[in-house]
Amino acid sequence: MRSGTGRALLLHLAVLAVLFGLQFVLPDYHHRSFARILVLASYAVGYNLLLGYTGLLSLGHAMLFAAGLYGAGLAVQHLAIDAASGFVLGILSGLALALVVGLVALRTSGVAFMIVTLMFSQAAFLTTLYFSAVTRGDEGFTLPAAARQYAIGDLFFDLTDPGTRYNLALLLFGACLMASFALVRSPMGRVLVAIRENEPRTVMLGYHTFRYKLLALAASGAISGAAGAAYALLFSYVGSTFASIQYSILPLLWVLLGGVGTTLGPLIGTLLMFYLIDTISGYTSAYLLVVGLALVLLVLLFPKGILGTVRAKAAPWLP
Amino acid sequence: MTLLATHGLVRHFGGVKAVDGVDFALDRGEIRAIIGPNGAGKTTLVGIICGRIEPSAGRIRFEERDITGLSAWRRVQRGIAYTFQITSVFAGLTCFDNLALAAQRGVHGHRALEKEVARLLGRVGLADSANSQAGVLPYGHQRLLEVALGLALKPKLLILDEPTQGLSDAEIDHFCALIREVAAEATVLLIEHNMAVVMELAQRITVMDNGRILAEGAPEEIRANAQVQEAYLGP
Repeated sequence: MRSGTGRALLLHLAVLAVLFGLQFVLPDYHHRSFARILVLASYAVGYNLLLGYTGLLSLGHAMLFAAGLYGAGLAVQHLAIDAASGFVLGILSGLALALVVGLVALRTSGVAFMIVTLMFSQAAFLTTLYFSAVTRGDEGFTLPAAARQYAIGDLFFDLTDPGTRYNLALLLFGACLMASFALVRSPMGRVLVAIRENEPRTVMLGYHTFRYKLLALAASGAISGAAGAAYALLFSYVGSTFASIQYSILPLLWVLLGGVGTTLGPLIGTLLMFYLIDTISGYTSAYLLVVGLALVLLVLLFPKGILGTVRAKAAPWLP
Repeated sequence: MTLLATHGLVRHFGGVKAVDGVDFALDRGEIRAIIGPNGAGKTTLVGIICGRIEPSAGRIRFEERDITGLSAWRRVQRGIAYTFQITSVFAGLTCFDNLALAAQRGVHGHRALEKEVARLLGRVGLADSANSQAGVLPYGHQRLLEVALGLALKPKLLILDEPTQGLSDAEIDHFCALIREVAAEATVLLIEHNMAVVMELAQRITVMDNGRILAEGAPEEIRANAQVQEAYLGP
């Protein structure tokens, strides 16, 4: 089984290298899109950790993304802290919220788990609207340019510069991707997959499955929070839309399209869906209809997704 | 020396007393068989012992300590392993990953884990199937993998629920030899309907009927016991 590790590692590094190289050839518009896609794909990686490798379908991940978004955005905006601290605060917000919600929601499973996470997420969404004096609600707020410049010693980061944005987004995605790759190949990853496959049997092998599920949710929350925080800092917009149900459904869609339970699936799914929606919005404002239709078709006709199908047919070593 | 003892175990399912006041003791190192007609409470009794089912009343002691309130996963870590009546290996994973999952808690490093899994596979005769998906193995091999999952936990007490069900005669012979080897390191408790297997393996036999222990003794005694014959064959 481990024989594929070397090959898989090479593939992951190659994908990251290609993404690094792309910034020198992409035209401006796509360059900007890719930076966004990389941040959203990081979010999808976090979602996949829970759905793909632990078998838990959450309908409330928007609250975790938004926790990072607001955690970083509000802190930078109102507490006048620097961007890096804001980023860390965003990660911690996602992590903490995931732990609290997990302690309640993980007492349920299956459909009940979806509903409980959905409810928590709606509550979080309404909270962002209720406190619109601070959050500016739907309208949202943009971060001041000064807050988006950061220096470590002689190194100076200007988050308004597209090149810096692209590379920081890539750095985030690379870290999330490699972390999920390492986790999947670790003993802990093996336990998570076992829970997905057959939880009662996993208990009878001496594993406290609740604890593992909570850890998986916490990791997923931390990654989602990191993506949310990065989104706020890199693209300078913080608004309630990101806490709405739409942002719980999108990662599900990205992961299903790319291949649930594959490490690279989230990137492929996010990339394709981003451009699909981007193209369609050029013709109609009803792009959500397309999102819904894609979701139904995927579940009915293509449940393994792109990389899941490739793995089943041609490359069983894909992690 | 007593490894496991239960005192007054009771388990009701609605009005049905599946287990009805069972005092059961197991000595370290023995091979014990529990037999009895369908519905006698055998699976419920071992379910309570391994923590899958909560007792309505009664206590359980394992290695001189009360384990009644311990959750199932803690009991597994204390050394009680249960193999399922209905084969319940991880069908989507390879044999290697099935066993690695069971063995990894006690083994450090990938090399050592590979070695341990290879040893376990060899022990049950599945050395060639390491990379096969468990779900596509023939039924008999899945049963052997299930036993290997139990062995991977290095249990002090290995509970086997109808392990030979669905095995061919040749596979049963192989299985009996394996259990005798296992018994050198662990106490074995098996629920079994195949009397040939019971008579060949068990040092003592416990007979259950209607949630109670009807008789207990060496195989010859049980074979000669009139009550047992009545329970099995009717008055």
